[in-house]
Amino acid sequence: MSDQNDLLSTDIEAYLHQHEQKSLLRFITCGSVDDGKSTLIGRLLYDSRMIFEDQLAALEADSRKMGTQGQNIDFALLVDGLAAEREQGITIDVAYRFFATEKRKFIVADTPGHEQYTRNMVTGASTADLAVILIDARRGVLTQTRRHSFLASLVGIRNIVLAINKMDLVDYSEDVFNSIIQEYKSFASGLSFESIVPIPMSALAGDNILTKSDQTPWYKGPTLMHHLEVVPTHDSDRSASFRMPVQWVNRPNLDFRGFSGLISAGSVKPGDRIRVMPSGRESHVSRVFLDGDMEFGIAGQSVTICLADEIDCSRGDVLTGIDDPIEVSDQFEVTLVWMNDAAMQPGRSYLLKLGAKTVTATVTALKHKVNVNTLEQTTAEHLELNEIGVCTLSLSQPVAFDSYEKNRETGGFILIDRFTNDTLAAGMIRSALRRAQNIHWQSIDIDRTARARQKNQKPFVLWFTGLSGSGKSTIANLVERKLFELGKHSTTLDGDNIRHQLNKDLGFSDADRVENVRRVAEVSRLMTDAGLIVLASFISPFRAERQMARELLPSGEFLEVFVDTPLGVAETRDPKGLYKKARAGQIENFTGISSPYEAPENPEIRIDTTSLSPEEAAGTIITELEKRGLLRID
Amino acid sequence: MSNITETILTAPDLTHLQRLEAESIHIMREVAAEAERPVMLYSIGKDSAVMLHLAMKAFAPGKPPFPLLHVNTTWKFREMIDFRDRRVKELGLELLEWINKDGVQRGINPFDHGGAYTDIMKTESLKAALDHYQFDVAFGGARRDEEKSRAKERIFSFRNPGHRWDPKNQRPELWNLYNTRKNKGETIRVFPLSNWTELDIWQYIYKESIPIVPLYYAAQRPTVEYNGMTVMVDDDRMRIPEGQTPQTRSIRFRTLGCYPLTGAVESQANTLPEIIQEMLLTTTSERQGRAIDKDSAASMEKKKQEGYF
Repeated sequence: MSDQNDLLSTDIEAYLHQHEQKSLLRFITCGSVDDGKSTLIGRLLYDSRMIFEDQLAALEADSRKMGTQGQNIDFALLVDGLAAEREQGITIDVAYRFFATEKRKFIVADTPGHEQYTRNMVTGASTADLAVILIDARRGVLTQTRRHSFLASLVGIRNIVLAINKMDLVDYSEDVFNSIIQEYKSFASGLSFESIVPIPMSALAGDNILTKSDQTPWYKGPTLMHHLEVVPTHDSDRSASFRMPVQWVNRPNLDFRGFSGLISAGSVKPGDRIRVMPSGRESHVSRVFLDGDMEFGIAGQSVTICLADEIDCSRGDVLTGIDDPIEVSDQFEVTLVWMNDAAMQPGRSYLLKLGAKTVTATVTALKHKVNVNTLEQTTAEHLELNEIGVCTLSLSQPVAFDSYEKNRETGGFILIDRFTNDTLAAGMIRSALRRAQNIHWQSIDIDRTARARQKNQKPFVLWFTGLSGSGKSTIANLVERKLFELGKHSTTLDGDNIRHQLNKDLGFSDADRVENVRRVAEVSRLMTDAGLIVLASFISPFRAERQMARELLPSGEFLEVFVDTPLGVAETRDPKGLYKKARAGQIENFTGISSPYEAPENPEIRIDTTSLSPEEAAGTIITELEKRGLLRID
Repeated sequence: MSNITETILTAPDLTHLQRLEAESIHIMREVAAEAERPVMLYSIGKDSAVMLHLAMKAFAPGKPPFPLLHVNTTWKFREMIDFRDRRVKELGLELLEWINKDGVQRGINPFDHGGAYTDIMKTESLKAALDHYQFDVAFGGARRDEEKSRAKERIFSFRNPGHRWDPKNQRPELWNLYNTRKNKGETIRVFPLSNWTELDIWQYIYKESIPIVPLYYAAQRPTVEYNGMTVMVDDDRMRIPEGQTPQTRSIRFRTLGCYPLTGAVESQANTLPEIIQEMLLTTTSERQGRAIDKDSAASMEKKKQEGYF
């Protein structure tokens, strides 16, 4: 450090020039508080002069008050951020720290080590080039070491530092060090790391952190800091094929139309031929621009690209090179890391954000989940918080993608809950399903418009939702009679009947309810394709599934009819005696009693059965259909 | 192999400043594409200067598709306001200024009202401005290296309808994918400079020749000792402690805020390299110049939960 300080005081301009050329390394530290992780980070910050005197004074005071190192500085206190964490002595989130040497700037993601924080570790690792995995030399390779290594490998980290810490407590024994390496390597050979660099150290005493330790004369490798300064970064292969997701169409005036984004792979220069995906349209690059024209752009840069032709391209499209075009599909096999308290249900639809594109996605199957400690694969019905599984996904439209292994930015996605808006999962695309690549739509001469025209009507779905006993089927029956009298062609799908036939394999668990509604929604769509008016009466208690049904149909053709009957009233009616049984505990998962009903927020039609008779309700619905132009009464 | 291809293949790794710049621009474009009514909070300081410069780059040759908002406590240095008006005019941008008029009428000031002053003229005023204009996303220039509770804050930081931050309930932020979907009444504070350090900011200002308020450079200025700090007598509202007369000293500021609450440092540094040199050789961290942080280590976390930026 001292050469650097000399330069700082003698020739500041030279110093600044040197520092301007620094590269950036992002890494993650994995391990628990007991392994000395916070102490290690605290020391890296301290030794690279990132702690100022006033912070140091506060640290010394805190060390005496709360520290665990007697009169010595407790480096761990420097990095445990939130007040609650400091009191409990644990790290519960991802914190980002910064330090720099003369060669590099470093961003450290500091994440907690316990299994219940798997999601935090995955979050921290998603942007990291390298992982420092801490091992307590006295305890060797533990279950958590395996878990951290698996997660690092899963998220695509290729460089590992095995920080064998607390060497001072095993008398700096070379044998201990070697046996830990051996055990680790035999385990890690199944993971996809390019390099594993073991370093014997003591974070507390500072051995082999910045300077080589006198205590480990047998160790010939680099110090931690030296290795961090020279390890290659994720900063990409320039010869890779060009990829840039379009974030923003920049059109400030009629003379300029550019496509802005962050280049995720390869390079681009004026004259390059490119393709807009998924449409496949081709053009060539006329300008690469930021606040002025650039000779070229490379991965990691945010730029704006102008094309020679006026072709269609918008946010969510991907600009790619023509030599190695990106794949396009709407069905994938993916790995999901589930990050939410509400479990993942196959069949439910979520929002998927990949690059700048957001689409609807349904988990069609959960193939297996992976035990993060043993890597064992087991079958499962759901994924709970912090669980990892391999699933198949079906998207509402085809998207351009690479496998995650090939490109993190065009192969990594998040799932979002459409109602709570929470980020639910991190996803990594493994491959497109062959099915999607090979099955093409059979084009048909007589289409849905032609079929509807022949029947002189507009097809639509009236989706009656409400509690058991609310009057859905009664009202639907009356509406269909009126439609029949008007000469309309219709059909009824009734919850009870369908469960005797098409869906007789399904029960009443949350997962089965989701599948029940999915099938009914698909059947409804086929019926409307045939030109029919569909009356579907299903309790359909979950908003997510009703939304899924809505999205399967062209907009305006799905009308949600909320048959609004208070639970008390429905229970008094109890036409099938079901509430009584449910109250007696004879029926599990009964909506309203032991399973929730999520009332519609904005139904097209709401029927208050406490103030309308079934006849009046049917009349209201017919009037509403006329008003919406769905029903022409000649 | 053509020359240009060779240049590309052998070009050095991007520098840390290039990568930080690219990340910040990516964040701003994402907000522009997904927010309904975004705004950039412009506090006139060096971080705001960098943020504004990045916004100009992100949307060039067009203008940033959002206005700037300055929450004025009425106690800012006069040079800050002059600089602000000049900058906005040069760049041809829209600036909204918001002053808590009720606070002004009640005579709320930094001398008599201590913590309540910051609360009323800054925190409450900012919330009122965001509510008034119905901005759903506000860019702020905060950095994670500033203090401990910021180190855990997301780049997209959600606030409930009362503008409160819940540090225990933050969405995971993966890769460079930002989930910008809000629940009713929620707003988002977005920090494009999250991963910059104070040194990065100065180095970038130097490299890109970004204009900054002259108060960052040392000059002879009238000062008094107030509240344990050297404070500049910026106008005749300054309450000069008994027994003192303003002394002219060569001072400069490491951060800028309300003049009676901002401590100056004695300095001769009047070029950017000298400022950076001084910063690196000095041993006091940046926020010490602001009176707001002194109470307790957890004070910033508390303030943030209440809605302070």
